[in-house]
Amino acid sequence: MDFLRPASWEEALAAKAEHPTAVPIAGGTDVMVEINFDHRRPEYLLDLNRITDLTEWQVGEESVRLGASVPYTKIMEHLRAELPGLALASHTVASPQIRNRGGVGGNLGTASPAGDAHPALLAAGAEVEAESVRGSRLIPIDEFYTGVKRNSLAADELIRAVHIKKADGPQQFSKVGTRNAMVIAVCAFGLALHPETRTVRTGIGSAAPTPVRAKAAEEFLNAALEEGGFWDNGKIITPSVAKQFATLCSGACNPIDDVRGTASYRRHAVGVMARRTLTWTWESYRGARRLTEGAA
Amino acid sequence: MRVNFTVNGRPQEADDVWEGESLLYVLRERLGLPGSKNACEQGECGSCTVRLDGVPVCACLVAAGQVEGRDVVTVEGLADFAKQRAEHGGCASGACGTSLQDARQWAAKGTDSQTGEGTGLAPIQQAFIDAGAVQCGFCTPGLLVAADEMLERNPNPSDADIREALSGNLCRCTGYEKIMDAVRLAAARQGEAV
Amino acid sequence: MAPNGAPIGTPTKVTQGSRTKGGIGESTLRPDGILKVTGEFAYSSDMWHEDMLWGQILRSTVAHAEIVSIDTSEALKTPGVYAVMTYDDLPTDVKNYGLEIRDTPVLAHGKVRHHGEPVAIVAADHPETARRAAAKIKVDYRELPVITDEASATAPDAILVHENRDDHHIGHVPHPNIVHRQPIVRGNAEEAARKADFIVRGEYTFGMQDQAFLGPESGLAVPAEDGGVDLYIATQWLHSDLRQIAPVLGLPENKVRMTLSGVGGAFGGREDLSMQIHACLLALRTGKPVKIVYNRFESFFGHVHRHPAKLSYEHGATKDGKLTHMKCRIVLDGGAYASASPAVVGNASSLSVGPYVVDDVDIEAIALYTNNPPCGAMRGFGAVQACFAYEAQMDKLADAVGMDRVEFRQLNAMEQGTVMPTGQPVDSPAPVAELLRRVKAMPMPPERQWESSEGADVRQLPGGLSNTTHGEGVVRGVGYAVGIKNVGFSEGFDDYSTAKVRMEVVGGEPVASVHTAMAEVGQGGVTVHAQIARTELGVAQVTIHPADTRVGSAGSTSASRQTYVTGGAVKNSCELVREKVLEIGRRKFGTYHPAWATAELLLEGGKVVTHGGEVLADLADVLEGESVEIEAEWRHRPTEAFDLRTGQGNGHVQYSFAAHRAVVEVDTELGLVKVIELACAQDVGKALNPQSVLGQIQGGTLQGMGIAVMEEIIVDPRTAKVRNPSFTDYLLPTILDTPIIPVDVLELADDHAPYGLRGVGEAPTLSSTPAVLAAIRNATGLELNRTPVRPEHLTGTA
Repeated sequence: MDFLRPASWEEALAAKAEHPTAVPIAGGTDVMVEINFDHRRPEYLLDLNRITDLTEWQVGEESVRLGASVPYTKIMEHLRAELPGLALASHTVASPQIRNRGGVGGNLGTASPAGDAHPALLAAGAEVEAESVRGSRLIPIDEFYTGVKRNSLAADELIRAVHIKKADGPQQFSKVGTRNAMVIAVCAFGLALHPETRTVRTGIGSAAPTPVRAKAAEEFLNAALEEGGFWDNGKIITPSVAKQFATLCSGACNPIDDVRGTASYRRHAVGVMARRTLTWTWESYRGARRLTEGAA
Repeated sequence: MRVNFTVNGRPQEADDVWEGESLLYVLRERLGLPGSKNACEQGECGSCTVRLDGVPVCACLVAAGQVEGRDVVTVEGLADFAKQRAEHGGCASGACGTSLQDARQWAAKGTDSQTGEGTGLAPIQQAFIDAGAVQCGFCTPGLLVAADEMLERNPNPSDADIREALSGNLCRCTGYEKIMDAVRLAAARQGEAV
Repeated sequence: MAPNGAPIGTPTKVTQGSRTKGGIGESTLRPDGILKVTGEFAYSSDMWHEDMLWGQILRSTVAHAEIVSIDTSEALKTPGVYAVMTYDDLPTDVKNYGLEIRDTPVLAHGKVRHHGEPVAIVAADHPETARRAAAKIKVDYRELPVITDEASATAPDAILVHENRDDHHIGHVPHPNIVHRQPIVRGNAEEAARKADFIVRGEYTFGMQDQAFLGPESGLAVPAEDGGVDLYIATQWLHSDLRQIAPVLGLPENKVRMTLSGVGGAFGGREDLSMQIHACLLALRTGKPVKIVYNRFESFFGHVHRHPAKLSYEHGATKDGKLTHMKCRIVLDGGAYASASPAVVGNASSLSVGPYVVDDVDIEAIALYTNNPPCGAMRGFGAVQACFAYEAQMDKLADAVGMDRVEFRQLNAMEQGTVMPTGQPVDSPAPVAELLRRVKAMPMPPERQWESSEGADVRQLPGGLSNTTHGEGVVRGVGYAVGIKNVGFSEGFDDYSTAKVRMEVVGGEPVASVHTAMAEVGQGGVTVHAQIARTELGVAQVTIHPADTRVGSAGSTSASRQTYVTGGAVKNSCELVREKVLEIGRRKFGTYHPAWATAELLLEGGKVVTHGGEVLADLADVLEGESVEIEAEWRHRPTEAFDLRTGQGNGHVQYSFAAHRAVVEVDTELGLVKVIELACAQDVGKALNPQSVLGQIQGGTLQGMGIAVMEEIIVDPRTAKVRNPSFTDYLLPTILDTPIIPVDVLELADDHAPYGLRGVGEAPTLSSTPAVLAAIRNATGLELNRTPVRPEHLTGTA
């Protein structure tokens, strides 16, 4: 095993081009477990800790450019307003110690269906900034996950940042585990309301081979909200709409039975989370509307 | 490979480090600092919690090569770290830790830890002893580092704050009740001292 | 006083030393506390020696197979490798070990019987070198069908897990794949059943729990010049290890010198050997010190677990709520090797009725040999599984009769004088009804504690930080349970401890030192030993010598027995030392004061005093130029074996009792549980160190909660392989899962025990689990006959 310590992003890209099998290590919270348990012996470890701009973020007009190694703790502390869904998801990641080290880049690199950031990224809308010595590209989050623990990165590419749309409405994230802290998702659900486009987006974790959106559920809800004039009248969403949304979210799952839970439970739980997060976000949207109207 | 970094304020150099080694292994097996514990080596138990550039992390999940040039505080340096913080009214960089050359079985001296006077413990360490928060003690070093850091950030934590901050540190002996007591005690004493 | 006004026992009295500071009854602090908070306390995994090698164990990747061949040649060629050993390299004819039955191969021979069984061992200069070399060992397995349950174990054509058994249980078991069977028959259950107005039956399943001590199995073996070996090790019983290790090495016991290093928890999981023999073999083979440290993955294969169990119960009750009879059958899965299974069977059967009066019983408990992971000792030891089942039955019966569940239990509660199903009368306080009264009387935790001015605090809700509910679907439930656990080793076992106590003057001060082989695993035995010495010898200064095999056996740190038995031995040796000290005093100063001739002299505050408090001499003067040292064994009352057909016999030494009230909040839609409170009341006879007593009760309570809602080793029934050997998927309660645990301690002396004390450690682990289950049933209305209960069981999605 070789340990590569690039001092700059350019050096890191060059190293990855020269050694495409090199495994990037930043927070180490995935890679080191595999090494400690003898599940993996990469030829090269590519340490990204010395590249400080990976731990920085920029808040732009439309989106936040989040460095791949920004620790979850920082997202919770500093980006709660801009990225509320991701901030909530960050808070559910493992333990404080892990949140101090791990970042979204690692979640994306590992591309485990159980990664906590995925549903929030899918719901908010995001693009992954991947780069190699050949150049840089933005991969839409919907195209990023290609299989169980597989993503659309080329062998010589590294994740530099994630561009996440700033919230234009309420967002929620919910995750089921059989413990009240420090738990890997049995399944997870992210929901974002986008009042500007009058759309909703979803993200489901750990209930299919990859993180997925519940597109049929989104389309149903978009239509139902539009038809009922809900965006304008701010009425409470009817239980039948919420129920149908939940059912469609369950239907978007393609889960398995494993030691963490049954497929049947995962489908059920995603439905419950979908209904609850819809209630929470919609209540929040209605509350914000009332405030705005009150001020006007 | 060779790794140079600072531990408890003292420069350290580790040689012939295998690239897959963790910071935890280097501390325990190469630097004679076995206070950070190896309970799970998968980031699930917090027994190896150390401060890396001031931030609590699981030493088992930091590759040895990643600490080059960085600053680590372990439980062995916690008392000095807390003392310097108290003196400077802020974050301490830590001073010399205890270097353990030979690991030996413990031998209780004539006195027991009734007061801890003169031993120069950090307030959180003394509180753990006083509250009965130590049984087998394997989780204790990690809990101390995590709890000390929490009290640095949040001097008046609610019970829920304590539970959240320590949710990454498993204990199998105590049922956590005495650990809660210890952290409350340390916070109260910290409050009195100010 | 008991609810009916009858006396339930007498409080404990102490005379000698009751005026010495730091004696029994005070919450003195741990002597190892400072070392443990500074990181200096040396655990077995902290051992280090110049030139030491690292040992690595190659384990079977399948559960049941013949070993066709093992090829170690590539491993041996690896640079940095000093030794590779297999069964063929074992030095003597003794190639097996075991606590009671020597059925466990040091290294597999011809066959592996469970997933993760040791097949070969490697010593190398770095752990990674050792791992890579172990990976190069080629083992050719021919897989066999796996035996995983009672049906497959006792099928007519079942493969025998152990052929040619010659242990002392084979004569009375119905099938060679049954390790041990213990029936208990008393009265006539069939006939008594006719008196029942209500009959309740239940089938219960108890999952496989892991001790999950945090300090992994580890140790350092150092070869000695005399051909022997020094072993620094974390264990629960040094001398039991020694008796199993020495014959395999071909060494006399005095050439295997064992020293207890720091033990990072045990809970039964260190009763059996793990890496002890392997490290010694490699050290003796290479002539170099060898350290072995399991990682967490290996630890799940490196020790036995709590027996999973299937329990069938039938109870009857009259319409006024009196129990008529009980029939039960308990099937424990012992896994591939016997370990402590026979004793677990004895406990499960003899305690299967619980702390209730039932005169007519028909009980059977068995342990199976299967290809599942070996199971043995864990805190509660057979009594835990039974308590889960009989407490579920009590709730069902109370409901059938139409009585309050606590009152129903109180009506049938045993008390001092009750005769156990084994025919043994309970001859010390058994305040079962009172303990229930006390937990019920505690104030209830407030409702809806998650509500705050800033909205729901998810940390106080089921799901916690995962943000699954803000109160939706959350229903509160309350449940009660009470249990009975035996203290000490039972069934005729010669259960003794040894203590060496020395008294002398050091620097002008009288000092006592206590040397035992007791394994301090965190429980605080070392604290208590110093307290006993202060009480008995009236000195301030007590030195606790490290535990090793240079002193006689202290028995196991198990069965809630150490304070009773080794504490008793320390007390006894101190008393003998005290007599010697007084003899010296009489010899030196007897002529100065007539009181020396009277019998009642005490040692207090560093002085010899009369019962009235008059000072006769300073201990420093008495002991000047002299020292007193006594090593003596001490035994509790003998017990008897249970009759193999009727289960009758005075099998137990002492019983201990705890009751719990669980308050839970269940997200009934998602099936997530938050335990809000686990209130406990326990009789401890005499709290030698009240703070330690609370620590034991709270810790035991939480382990009981773990198996109620999250902890379980999952074994694939098709392959008998473990599916979740890690802390990622074997979940322990975090501090955020943990309820408040208020404790009400009762101290009713057992006159047969030192200071009247009662073993503390295990009883709280029993009743915690069924109390939580009862509370979840109360919240959900579901029957829930299995533990742990998982979200899918609460949502109909299993």
